[in-house]
Amino acid sequence: MKVRINVNGNWMERETRPDRLLVDFLREDLGLTGTKKGCEEGECGACTIILDGKTVLSCLVPAVKAQGAEILTVEGMAEGNKLHPIQQAFWEEGAVQCGYCTPGMLLSAKALLDENPAPGVEEVKEAISGNLCRCTGYSKIVRAIQVASEKMEKERR
Amino acid sequence: MKWIEYEKPQGLDEALTLLQQANGRGRVIAGGTDLLPQLKKRECLADLLVDITGIEELRQIREEGEWVRIGAGVTHGEVARNPVIRQEARALAQGCGQVGSPQIRHMGTLIGNVVSAQPAADGAIPLMALEAELRVVSHRGERWMALEEAYRGLGLSTVDATREIVAELRFRKPGGYGETGFFRMARRKALALPILNGAVGLFLDDSRSLIEKARIALGPVAERPFRSRKAEAFLESSGISHENLLEACWIASEEANPRTSMRGSASYRKEMVKVNLLRIIKGILDEIRKTK
Repeated sequence: MKVRINVNGNWMERETRPDRLLVDFLREDLGLTGTKKGCEEGECGACTIILDGKTVLSCLVPAVKAQGAEILTVEGMAEGNKLHPIQQAFWEEGAVQCGYCTPGMLLSAKALLDENPAPGVEEVKEAISGNLCRCTGYSKIVRAIQVASEKMEKERR
Repeated sequence: MKWIEYEKPQGLDEALTLLQQANGRGRVIAGGTDLLPQLKKRECLADLLVDITGIEELRQIREEGEWVRIGAGVTHGEVARNPVIRQEARALAQGCGQVGSPQIRHMGTLIGNVVSAQPAADGAIPLMALEAELRVVSHRGERWMALEEAYRGLGLSTVDATREIVAELRFRKPGGYGETGFFRMARRKALALPILNGAVGLFLDDSRSLIEKARIALGPVAERPFRSRKAEAFLESSGISHENLLEACWIASEEANPRTSMRGSASYRKEMVKVNLLRIIKGILDEIRKTK
């Protein structure tokens, strides 16, 4: 069946199976492998994307369910060679180790800052509570999101 | 192949027709956060998935006189943030705000949380204390069902998701001197099933010195969300004093029949029933005296 989704600002249409999962549609059909597959049962958050403004787990969404939706994946965050301020902050603050959770973390962080540009530490922790990281111990990730929030706030002024 | 066909109808009638045509081989899907893992593991089989989240009339939270109605397409996140729910059913907003993780709350629906029939579902436990009712529709017609009747056993609903759709639920606003509260104990704040959770609704008389009606729901202390009816009856028949509240919590603990599992022992859970219930009941009483 045909699935048509707006991915990172471009409408994409592919013929795919009705039981294709969105994560596989993105990775296999569109070749966007930034979105990671971890537990495949909704526990780890590695496959997090933003769908119509809200973070969801692409391993639990049938691709056809997202018919006509707007999706943001990690590939859509940077503008050309210029990293998104959240990506820049993750890099500068050392919030990336193995990197497997990073795409999901970045999107959870972006969804938070889109809605709440100046979150407190607890709000940051809640926003990334569905994204597991087994390397960093989270403190650098939390720090990076706060740094990004401050930078983005300054840029807006 | 996990399923063969996927339909996302825009109307309830169309959804029912699709299910009828599939004759038992179809299944309702809403958020999919429980169903997808089951389909992947082949714990559940379906040829046709009928997605009801595209049906506009099921996507609403409405106030109607003394009732609040929530449609089948409404997610936990939408319930937790809704101003009417936060005002009229604090326990439900709190419970829905602690389901799974932000992503799960953006996907999973409150009614799905009920139909999955887990004994300690953070959305269903407050609904038990609110004595919610479900509107179940099928090709044969529709009926209102008390939430308690929706449970058949551990993870088993009396609603047949291959033929029936729970279109919406409703509950009466506590109103007057009524208030609800929720608690949850878990090893971490997200993506961890509860060691124990519970919701309480208390309704005081006009003098605010007697409990007219008490509703206590606990999980996982039985195969299904559990109403502590003896503790409720005790609260309704005795005055508000520290000793009486303690006694009610002790009764609730005696009534509860939790299992020993990886997450906690039966005796620990019974002890925690007392601690958490007392805390939550006192909190509700303070809230009523302060704001109403």
